[in-house]
Amino acid sequence: MATPVFKNRVLPYLLLLPSVALVAVFFLYPAAQSLELSLYRVHRVRDVKIYVGLENFERLFESSVYLNSLKITAIFVVATVLFALAISLALAVGASQPIKGFGVYRTLLIWTYALSPAVAGLIWALLTDPAIGFLTNLLSTFGITFNWRRGQDDALIFIIMAAVWKILGYNILFFLAGLKQIPRDVIEAASLDGANSWTRFWRMVFPLLMPMTLFLLIMNTLYASFDTFGLIDITTQGGPGRATNVLVYNLYNDGFKSTSGIGLASAQSIILLAIVAALTVFQYKFVSRRTFYQ
Amino acid sequence: MSAITTRSTTLQQRELARSDAMRRKLYPIVMHVIMALAVFVVSFPLIYAFILSTQDSHIGTLVPGNALVKNYQEAWRQANMGLLIRNTLIVALSVAIGKIVLAILGAYALIYFRVRGGMIILGLIMLTHLLPLPVRVVPTYELLTQLDWVNTFQGLTIPFFASATGLLLFQQFFRTVPTDLADAARVDGAGPFRFLISMLIPISRTNIGALFLIEFVYMWNQYLWPLLVANSDQTRQIQIGIKLLVATDAVIEWGTVMAGALMAIIPPLIVLLVLQRSLMTGLTTSTDDL
Repeated sequence: MATPVFKNRVLPYLLLLPSVALVAVFFLYPAAQSLELSLYRVHRVRDVKIYVGLENFERLFESSVYLNSLKITAIFVVATVLFALAISLALAVGASQPIKGFGVYRTLLIWTYALSPAVAGLIWALLTDPAIGFLTNLLSTFGITFNWRRGQDDALIFIIMAAVWKILGYNILFFLAGLKQIPRDVIEAASLDGANSWTRFWRMVFPLLMPMTLFLLIMNTLYASFDTFGLIDITTQGGPGRATNVLVYNLYNDGFKSTSGIGLASAQSIILLAIVAALTVFQYKFVSRRTFYQ
Repeated sequence: MSAITTRSTTLQQRELARSDAMRRKLYPIVMHVIMALAVFVVSFPLIYAFILSTQDSHIGTLVPGNALVKNYQEAWRQANMGLLIRNTLIVALSVAIGKIVLAILGAYALIYFRVRGGMIILGLIMLTHLLPLPVRVVPTYELLTQLDWVNTFQGLTIPFFASATGLLLFQQFFRTVPTDLADAARVDGAGPFRFLISMLIPISRTNIGALFLIEFVYMWNQYLWPLLVANSDQTRQIQIGIKLLVATDAVIEWGTVMAGALMAIIPPLIVLLVLQRSLMTGLTTSTDDL
């Protein structure tokens, strides 16, 4: 770190104060309250608050609804992240080829970054609408019936497709930035043009993209776990049955749609916190703090 | 014998060279076809959504209809789109600007001054990465009711102002700025604020642009928080407005819904188009965590 330039003693603390205050009030204090409430049974209307120890956690891990939600979230997150990374890597590598006119593709492939998960969900709901959807009709000409409003597996596949599509732009943008950092001679040596290009790509280029891939792995996992709430709320609402009732949706229902679920919802918050903490440890351990090789 | 072998080898080489040249010529064309196809497939859902937004009858076919104006007018009226766009712009702009200002001030303090416990303060702000909204949503909502900030712009914006991402971004950038610059400014008699405003901020343009893009899009697309805390017409955010467009009808009017959804994409798309170069440059020069 550079040696400090200015000598003021109080000023730097004043400059940092707003950030620290906001973090304390809107992050640390509520998080601490989540931890506390997770140990209580709370009734919103009757205004009762009883200490119950770990009962909320026990109830969660005995509840088939919650266990099912854990399972569905795991499937949804793993599938979304894998497909999103694989497709966007392929598209970014294709678009980064040093061919005249390829700048257009680079621009045209990143625009889904501007989409919200909710709008992405609506557009895919239209594409796969059981009555008029283009994709539904296309599939039915191959004898495949796809109906996410009725079929539980179809609903899960539906939210995976929409979630993958939405995040492609973000991933391609970051992969393109990563590819731009790779020395030109490596790229040319491993050009897709020529024999063994497949092997050479994985041996020479991909290792240099590894830090970016790991970074995106973390970001996509967080996205699929937390930011897809809007996609689900605007389309399947957790159904049919509980086929798309992911952890955040389950938490939302317990915390805001039921009068006695505050303790239960807080316990779910703490479980989510544990998951994020594990991801963060993974990030610090395996993804170097500096993602870019300068 | 040996002469024949040599001749056939050169022939083979020539053959190879010719097919190599062929491939070199064909390769860009083949790649163009593949990439154009890929762009079409990725963009198809949006193209289809646009076609739908022009239809009134023959819904779901690939033929554009003639109800474009009618659908967009209907969506604009039904969702109260003018107000939604205004409300969401207020929130996205204030949070993007607020985050940039706080991040610059914080990073400036940490790099250019002696701050006792600087690492602890940095660690504290970094904790926000550990605490996405779902981890603290119930108590934060309770806090908002206690502050009487439900259905206010304060409630939609202030909880988002702290930015670990921005702080890291500017910290990293400020480290790359030669110290001579600040020394020279000080020798010239410039105080800390003059240096910040007339030297440091102008050379941070690219990073400011990159952070603005990220935060504007992030806030424009917020869903869970506005769903909970902004239910009045005067504060309702665009994503929730679109949801109501779907929820009000027993039978979904796809033409109107798609018209509304597409209007909601336009502002973040403009910001992306204008600032994508800043983000790309910002990503390839500094940054480790966005």
